[in-house]
Amino acid sequence: MSGPNTNFDPKQVAALGDESVEAMVDAALADIAGAANLDALKAARLAHAGDKSPLALANREIGALPPAAKAEVGKRVGAARGRIGAALDAREAVLLRERDEQVLLAEAVDVTVPVVTHPIGGRHPLTTLMERMADVFISMGYDIAEGPEAEAEWANFDALNVPPDHPARTMQDTFYVESPDSGVVLRTQTSPIQIRAMLERQLPIYVVAPGRVFRTDELDATHTPVFHQIEGLAVDVGLTMADLKGTLDHLARQMFGEGVNTRLRPSYFPFTEPSAEVDLECFVCHGASVDNPDRPCRTCGSEGWIEWGGCGMVNPRVLRAVGIDTGTYRGFAFGMGIERTLMFRNGVTDMRDMVEGDVRFTRAFGVEA
Amino acid sequence: MRIPVSWIRELVTVPADQSGRDIAHRLINAGLEVETVDTVGEGLRGPIVIGRVLEIEELTEFKKPIRWCQVDVGEASPRGIICGARNFAVGDLVVVAPPGTTLPGDFTITARETYGHVSDGMICSERELGLGDDHGGIIVLPPNTANPGADAAPILGVGDEVLDIAITPDRGYALSARGIAREVAIAYGVHFTDPAHRIETLPAPAGERAPLGCASDDLEACPLFTLRTITGIDPSVPTPQWMVNRLRDCGMRSVSFAVDVTNYVMLELGQPLHAFDLDALQGPIRVGRAKPGEHLETIDHVDRTLSTDDLTIRDDRGAIGLAGVMGGAHSEIGDTSRNIALEAAYFASPVIARMGRRHRLSSEASRRFERGIDRVLAPIASARAAELLVDLAGGHYQGMTAVEAPMDVPTIEMSADLPAQVAGMPIDRFTSTSILQAVGCDVTGGDVLTVTPPSWRPDLREPSDLVEEVVRIVGYDHLPSTLPTAPAGHGLTHAQRLRRRVGTTLAARGLVEVLTYPFVGDVDADALRLAGDDPRRATPRLANPLSEEQPALRGALLPTLLAAAQRNVGRGLTDIAIFEIGSVFLGSAGADDPPRPGVSARPTDTQWASLEALLPQQPMHVAAVWSGMRTPKGWWGPAQPFTWADAVAGAMSVLDTCGVHALAQQATDAPFHPGRCAAITVDDSVIGYAGELHPSVVEALGLARGTCAMELDLDAVVKATPAVRPAPVFSTHPVAKEDLALVVADGVSVAALEQAVRTGAGDLLEEITVFDVYRGDQVPAGHTSVAFALRFRAPDRTLAAEEIARARQGAIDAAAALGARLR
Repeated sequence: MSGPNTNFDPKQVAALGDESVEAMVDAALADIAGAANLDALKAARLAHAGDKSPLALANREIGALPPAAKAEVGKRVGAARGRIGAALDAREAVLLRERDEQVLLAEAVDVTVPVVTHPIGGRHPLTTLMERMADVFISMGYDIAEGPEAEAEWANFDALNVPPDHPARTMQDTFYVESPDSGVVLRTQTSPIQIRAMLERQLPIYVVAPGRVFRTDELDATHTPVFHQIEGLAVDVGLTMADLKGTLDHLARQMFGEGVNTRLRPSYFPFTEPSAEVDLECFVCHGASVDNPDRPCRTCGSEGWIEWGGCGMVNPRVLRAVGIDTGTYRGFAFGMGIERTLMFRNGVTDMRDMVEGDVRFTRAFGVEA
Repeated sequence: MRIPVSWIRELVTVPADQSGRDIAHRLINAGLEVETVDTVGEGLRGPIVIGRVLEIEELTEFKKPIRWCQVDVGEASPRGIICGARNFAVGDLVVVAPPGTTLPGDFTITARETYGHVSDGMICSERELGLGDDHGGIIVLPPNTANPGADAAPILGVGDEVLDIAITPDRGYALSARGIAREVAIAYGVHFTDPAHRIETLPAPAGERAPLGCASDDLEACPLFTLRTITGIDPSVPTPQWMVNRLRDCGMRSVSFAVDVTNYVMLELGQPLHAFDLDALQGPIRVGRAKPGEHLETIDHVDRTLSTDDLTIRDDRGAIGLAGVMGGAHSEIGDTSRNIALEAAYFASPVIARMGRRHRLSSEASRRFERGIDRVLAPIASARAAELLVDLAGGHYQGMTAVEAPMDVPTIEMSADLPAQVAGMPIDRFTSTSILQAVGCDVTGGDVLTVTPPSWRPDLREPSDLVEEVVRIVGYDHLPSTLPTAPAGHGLTHAQRLRRRVGTTLAARGLVEVLTYPFVGDVDADALRLAGDDPRRATPRLANPLSEEQPALRGALLPTLLAAAQRNVGRGLTDIAIFEIGSVFLGSAGADDPPRPGVSARPTDTQWASLEALLPQQPMHVAAVWSGMRTPKGWWGPAQPFTWADAVAGAMSVLDTCGVHALAQQATDAPFHPGRCAAITVDDSVIGYAGELHPSVVEALGLARGTCAMELDLDAVVKATPAVRPAPVFSTHPVAKEDLALVVADGVSVAALEQAVRTGAGDLLEEITVFDVYRGDQVPAGHTSVAFALRFRAPDRTLAAEEIARARQGAIDAAAALGARLR
């Protein structure tokens, strides 16, 4: 630490003189005014306001002044730095504005040129539709059950109350694997997953099973030998047909909007008793097209209802085949065709579009049908 | 089953204001699926009249024979009408549409010149009038049906509505006017008179000839067999028009009076009947199994080889009919048959179903027997038919022989509140009882009902069957809508979640999912150059494939995925990236004598394991194909094709999605280019391949050279996935970057070199990337320069220069062991 400076020598501190400081400011202001761009201004800032600028160097000498002079000189230098700083800021504002107005303008591009050189692909709408339907049930506490596509004939038919030679076997044209007596078929329905679920899981059971199934139909606009279903199964104490109806109503509303109902019509399936067909209230016209030629509805064919799937209370014979006590437990089951759902939901008119793998079809749906 | 509304109304008093559609609606709600409601002669406008053919002039100068007819239509003078049909003679009654009448299809008759004459009307066929499908000739009415000039519409049943009902397999009784009428009566809550309870007026046997004897050798398969003998019928007697109309409306064709009667009674009551030509039979009739290798020509003129599983109707010479399915040609009723043996029997459903399946033969009779007919109906129905033959064709009834086993009359005990319990809505005991009675059951009891189903309802065997009857007739539309509470669920399984994520990853990379059929053939395996012993060839085959060219199940996704690629290219979509996630089928399937556990109890674990053992392995795979341009030509520059690198990167993206560390290793495998194929390995086991396809493969498939693909065993990937991924530990100290260019001789893979550098660089190495691979003038021939960017960082300090230099040297030394030197 230096001691008090008692030997004041005005020559040594000439740089701090009024004129000298004024000259520094003038030089700085001239350079700042002359800075043509932000780079030049940056150089001027360094030259006149930086650590090694004349003013900064002169400022270091203040310490050498007698205490009486310090205040006055300090004030002078501070004012000078202030003026330079203000000039720099003002010039910078001008130059920034100029840059924004001119330079960036010159760098402008046409941002409307095509930029997506690698568009995303897509997931098959049948896949995403199955996931979406399954997720409705996941949210209700159901699990997703699975089973093999090449399935034991016993699980696909016998255990589902379709004994050999039962006419119901001819309702479904079956692909037999290796030979008609090998005991293995390509599953004709997702229902054998019910059998697996009941054999493998603890009661109560609440599962859905989306999957691929097979029947010996030739491919045309409305048939395909390979298609998809989603199966639902609940086995619990005290389940009722009203529970079945409510579950289907819930699914219908989640998939097609509030207020959409289902209708059950008596029918026959070997694995359910009582059995029903499930119709979906037309989610487009809500029945307004029925007997109203002025307002035809393409979605439901002006029927007001759309055939959606089959359902019923699990036949006690099926429960017995998997060893579930029919005195205590009852079940309900249902199944819908995914292709069919996609057709009326998304307006697909030709089944072949779903199976031929034309990328234009799937791309149109992106990753969510 | 097609049924005219007029027939229903004859059996049930349906309110007069109810249309066919109204009735259909009621039936649908009760579980009979009415598919269509047609009107007989729909589209017919204007009069049609009865005409009598007075003269026929054959015109022979035209390409086909033409008739110029004079027809009396009840007017002052006959009309001249041109007709191309030949199935009529002078004196026949025909149906004439005069000029001005419009036929279905909006065809209006005019008097116009044709074949050199002015044809003043048209003589019509069934099809032209919209009555049925028959276009074999014009309609010829039985003599004395009506006088010329009479309105033909009511005589032909024009305007009647016809319901077409899809009968489910459990409701065999509804394959009859009797059964449908009962349902209509229940649906409307009106009284029903069972036509089977009508008292027949069959005369006592005439005693001119002993009735033919009969026997059943198999009382299980045929517990009831009856045979009525009728002699002396007039074979020329025409079928009355009302019966022709009903047969027509039910979709059957009039053949001859005797045959028509058997069909009519079957349609009316549901009991199939068969009429034998008595004179073609030898000895009494027996029901019994066929002899092995025995032949029978059925009335469809197919020679059928029989087996001992076939139940046959036999006389002394052998089989004369397939029981319940189809009669034999030899004993068929002919144009001159006067003496008839009329069979009415009960055959067990499974026996008939099996025969129908074996002979690929379905008949009106077999459809009914398969579903189960009324066990007591046979003698009633045959009496009805015999009565018609006696009354309308002058037959002499000679009596009946029969054989019958004792009948089981099952009863079902049902808690009276079960329908309410199952339905989830109140249904009182009175409602349940009265519905079951309307269905035909006998019901007794209180809290527990004892129910005896009627003989025509073999499908009612358990309480649940009775519940369905009660609830369907109460009406499913009355069911409340409630939601059960499932226990807390588990969400998606690990595998289910990952499969979804893999799909999303691939889609995000620009790939488009397709779903292909899993059917392949040798031609596909050949196109992919699979070796003869490749396991992807030895896959299960279908016994009944859709196409003989694709009889097997796929052992890999690529064959069918490449076919989808081909289809796209064929449609001009040449730049594609597609993927599929699906099952493949490996190994053998089935057994010669597969286990068939019963269904009355849970299979034992051993039984279930033996069923599972029948199945082939069915792992889930993921595969992708890239073909054409990855980046199109654009303002950014020239187009860039997909390369093997896209395939390997695509495969790696699946593994990254699943959090599995995998390596690509140089490999050769069909269908890949032998020098551009990577085996994807996880923990040293190969889980798939990726790379460029073999030029011969793409050539065979018509795809662009350079087309790439990958296929992974997705189940194996999922299995390698960590259940929980640990959080990373990373340092916030400064990074030190070093580049390293190494020259190696061919034969050392980049992956091997990288592994060496990684090992040699030690623990301080944070990241290593290959930023250049160079071959050319700057390095010796047969060598490659590989440039690595290394990032070093310590977990706890800023690295000193000496530490970095040591690590770098360690990397160089390790690479040197592979023959690499610093460039």
